[in-house]
Amino acid sequence: MSGLTTVFRKEVRENIRDRRALFNSLLLGPLLFPLLFVGMMWFLESAEKERAEKTLELPVIGAEYAPSLIRFLEQQGTVILPAPEDPEEMVRSQQVPVVLRILPEYPEKWAEGLPAPVEVISDPSRQESNAPIRKVKGLIYGYGQQIGSLRLRLRGVSPQLASPVMIKDVDLSTPKSRAILAVIFLPYVLMITAFTGATHLAMDTTAGEKERKSLEPLLINPVPRWQIMTGKMLTTMVFAMASLALTLVSFRIVLPYLPVGAFGMDLTLGLETLLKILFVISPVAILAAALLTLLASFAKSYREAQSYMGLVILIPMIPSLIFMANPIKAETWMMNIPLFSQNLLIGELIRDEAVPLSWYGLSIASTLVIGLVLAAMAATLYNRPKLIFSTS
Amino acid sequence: MIVVKNLRKSFGDVKAVNGISFEARDGEITGLLGPNGAGKTTTLRMLYSLLPPDEGEIRIDGLDPARDAMEIKRTLGVVPDSRGLYSRLTARENISYYGELHGMDKKAITDRIETMTRTLDMADFIDRRTEGFSQGQRVKVAIARAMVHQPQTVLMDEPSNGLDVMSTRALRHYIRNLKEEGHSVVLSTHIMQEVAALCDRIVIIAKGEVAADGTAAELLQRSGCDSLEDAFVKLIGSEEGLLA
Repeated sequence: MSGLTTVFRKEVRENIRDRRALFNSLLLGPLLFPLLFVGMMWFLESAEKERAEKTLELPVIGAEYAPSLIRFLEQQGTVILPAPEDPEEMVRSQQVPVVLRILPEYPEKWAEGLPAPVEVISDPSRQESNAPIRKVKGLIYGYGQQIGSLRLRLRGVSPQLASPVMIKDVDLSTPKSRAILAVIFLPYVLMITAFTGATHLAMDTTAGEKERKSLEPLLINPVPRWQIMTGKMLTTMVFAMASLALTLVSFRIVLPYLPVGAFGMDLTLGLETLLKILFVISPVAILAAALLTLLASFAKSYREAQSYMGLVILIPMIPSLIFMANPIKAETWMMNIPLFSQNLLIGELIRDEAVPLSWYGLSIASTLVIGLVLAAMAATLYNRPKLIFSTS
Repeated sequence: MIVVKNLRKSFGDVKAVNGISFEARDGEITGLLGPNGAGKTTTLRMLYSLLPPDEGEIRIDGLDPARDAMEIKRTLGVVPDSRGLYSRLTARENISYYGELHGMDKKAITDRIETMTRTLDMADFIDRRTEGFSQGQRVKVAIARAMVHQPQTVLMDEPSNGLDVMSTRALRHYIRNLKEEGHSVVLSTHIMQEVAALCDRIVIIAKGEVAADGTAAELLQRSGCDSLEDAFVKLIGSEEGLLA
């Protein structure tokens, strides 16, 4: 085994001196992702705030048919703009988010006490127009309610008769469980970090060694090849773990600077939670190191290895993308799926939910088994002379 | 002492080595001479057990690379065609890495590097990172690395490739010393002068086969030529590869 530790020590020493390795494993992930996260949150919040505070400018067609509605809107702070030539085109070309059209039959229906028609012209598929649309509809609905209850009162009827059911909101979500974004984002970032932290090392110790032509002399030493490869994978794993730990630490430092109020988020990562997350995700680092080493061993050069890695980096994204599209409830059988199970477990940990111990066990065991099978394959790969000499 | 009998190796349809036999004795320098692509590197790779032969027999001090790979690697010192130093490690770290892989202890490695720094004249750069080393410095480090465990048998693939005159002289001096100390040295080369200047025995390899085998004098006699170069061309039957 002394061959294994010798290789491990040498690879660590060599890569600590490599600026590219340090940048990729220890700086890029731990710095970039938390900053990206905070930046995204600030941006979302300020955009939301701006929209909420902005006075609503509303082009109206046929304002003359409904003077009292217009007065109501103006009292509520809406700026009424003159009718545009082609309202549909204006909305489509995003000049205005929403246009109100009061139809000519409005006064007639109004006088008869029938529902008077107005059209809210908008494109709800545009995210940024959702707030103004909601606001316009809310105002018109409020106006309708007001007039409706007045009419009932005039006829000597209590307006309450018209509201047979009343909805009361009872919100049981804790501030933590509302932190949906973090629950999706943090596991996503950690999965990617486990892979990005391992990528450079996996390539440098295999394809890079082949490219620099140091693999052949190395293998002439009286050390079994599996020990050499395992020493290399161990280094890769340690760098991936370091990358993960640093990312978690930097998240912990950055979280207090998040705009909490806007999202009702209360997200502080305690030391215990951090360690638990690191524990849950460490088998992923082994899996990533083994998988990436296995793939990179086939490449003739660092550059060729890089072209494979672009695709591999998609793997850790898959579970998170599934959750974004379709949030599902964690169940026991899901703990057997590597990456998927860690995603769920980290989500539960952030929400401070109690997780059955068996879930940890299943998640770690299933990921380790696959990781070790891949590692065993990678360890014996250089028993094939073809792969050693593929540069020449 | 190396004994090779009827060695064969093919890659697909290409017969890289097609029935090579020769002997390399202790206290002698044996040169494998041949044009590029003759099968020299493939032969050496089979000797240091990185490639399994398709057919034939290899014995290095009585050991068979196919069965005793680890044992053979311990008795071999190899300077392959690809020097492959680690540029982020110093020359000393490069050498001591191989010492550790051979299972040597720290003290033994330090002492050995001390000695080799003197014999190979590496004091100026032994503690510098190998990034930016000249070819001559690289070869010295590669040799020191290969010799750290004091192997009995030394294999060198094109050792003087890319060296200037002074470095070549120093290298030849070092190789002759190994011979004096009783090592068995095998070097492959396509450079005529190298063989003439160094080798006790010459094995001329062409197209995967041994074209001729003997001392320089024997080869001259057999071919009826005055110079080794003419003898070489005559014996391999073409000038192909000589200019490379």
